[in-house]
Amino acid sequence: MSNNSNYKDSSKASPSGGGLEGASSYLKDIFNGLKSLVIGLRRTFYYFTHHKEIITQQYPDNRETMNLPERFKGEVVMLHDENNEHACTGCTACELACPNATIKIITKFDITPEGKKKKAIDKFVYHLELCTMCNLCIVACPTDAIKMAQTFEHSVFNRADLTKVLNKPGSKIREGVE
Amino acid sequence: MLSFSTISKSIDSWLRATFSDTWTMVIEMLIAGICVISLFAILGLILVLMERKVSAWMQIRLGPNRVGPKGMFQSLADTIKLLVKEGLTPDGADKFLFNLAPILAIIVAMLLMAPIAFAKDFQLWNMNIGVLYVSAVSSMMVISILMAGWASNNKYSLMGAMRSGAQIVSYELSAGLSILVVVVLSGSLNLNEIIQSQADGWWIFKGHIPVIIAFIIFIIAVTAETNRAPFDLAEAESELTAGFHTEYSGMKFALFFLAEYVNVFIVCAIGATLFFGGWMPFHIGNWQGFNHVMDFIPSSIWFFGKTFFLIFLIMWFRWTFPRLRIDQLLNLEWKYLLPISMFNLLLVTAIAILGWYF
Repeated sequence: MSNNSNYKDSSKASPSGGGLEGASSYLKDIFNGLKSLVIGLRRTFYYFTHHKEIITQQYPDNRETMNLPERFKGEVVMLHDENNEHACTGCTACELACPNATIKIITKFDITPEGKKKKAIDKFVYHLELCTMCNLCIVACPTDAIKMAQTFEHSVFNRADLTKVLNKPGSKIREGVE
Repeated sequence: MLSFSTISKSIDSWLRATFSDTWTMVIEMLIAGICVISLFAILGLILVLMERKVSAWMQIRLGPNRVGPKGMFQSLADTIKLLVKEGLTPDGADKFLFNLAPILAIIVAMLLMAPIAFAKDFQLWNMNIGVLYVSAVSSMMVISILMAGWASNNKYSLMGAMRSGAQIVSYELSAGLSILVVVVLSGSLNLNEIIQSQADGWWIFKGHIPVIIAFIIFIIAVTAETNRAPFDLAEAESELTAGFHTEYSGMKFALFFLAEYVNVFIVCAIGATLFFGGWMPFHIGNWQGFNHVMDFIPSSIWFFGKTFFLIFLIMWFRWTFPRLRIDQLLNLEWKYLLPISMFNLLLVTAIAILGWYF
């Protein structure tokens, strides 16, 4: 009764006028309106009686047992394995994909054992203060070197602390990643 | 046995024995006033907390759970906060009307308490036109809202007040007609006699389908009359900030807030009295044994149980349905509720004449 159909009918009802047809559509309207209201009431009553559905997280109290949704995005991190190796080739695809210049990649040239020069990253600079967690850099990365972490307690006293270098000191590119 | 009526009778007889008749009346009026005010305070605390918990659970949230055990003192803390806040009167406002409006709102709510029977033989004023009195006084609610909206000198307040005026004037009709259904069946305007007429079954069961239709219309209409969602166009926080009480703060705001909840309680009490037998226990026709067992539950528990059930129903509506637009609101009343309730009244009159009810 209280949904949109009311409004639409006010314009529709005038040409068809009264008569038996009008009366039956009037009654049908009431019936359908009531039915849709009951559907809504049933849903809220289900939630009212099923407290296990509650999704509230009592955040500072449950820091250990917090249950974040899978798609929650906190900050960009670079993945390093146990040999302190990462998969970033320095291709700057993430830098180009970033809509607000959050990522700056500084490259250098490594000398391979064969004596060739090879491009590699020197610093992967990440400005957390500019990041909107849009996930475009993660999508753009061809080697899955970076991903979104679920940490979110980012507050610091100094703005400069938010500018991070994501590759760990002394790390190098993993063998075989091109 | 200890009950409200025996307590009130013993106080009355003690006062009559100690003081003269005039003083007895004065003291009894004072006691009644204090009881009503403390009932207001308790109702405000309980209903605000109840609403917050109900809304939280319906929206898959937890609700207040920090102040006191399970958040029970949350509304108390809020009340203390409102008490110590500054009651601001805006510069451009009509100061007299601005300050009068919240007091008027609460006075109307207090007046409505008079004819309600809270338990067996426990009533402030047993008048023979109780139903008429309730519907007459409850329509004065709109005056305080219009006054607040006008005196605030604020476009949002005025719009909220105007909407509320249109709303209450139209929904008063179907509320009145659905109340008339019960009056026709019981043949009395006295709330006590209406309760007595339900001694062999509540009207909602005795009057079958027409009374159920009347009850549904009554619940919709009183939800609109108390300005609660889905009919909360008068405050409509997403459109009008807070509607008629935009400019109010501190205790004056609290009075409006309290008046809303007390009004909800009162209309639910009236609904419980008319359709669910007030304090009358659950009786089925002539089943003497069953009726006798039901009589063991005190009448005040029956009354408050039914009233709070209806309050829950109204809260349930509030947290399920979206707000109506003003045109939808008036359509609903004039095109649907009013014709249906008029036809329903005709039907019930025929039923009452032919004696087709139980």
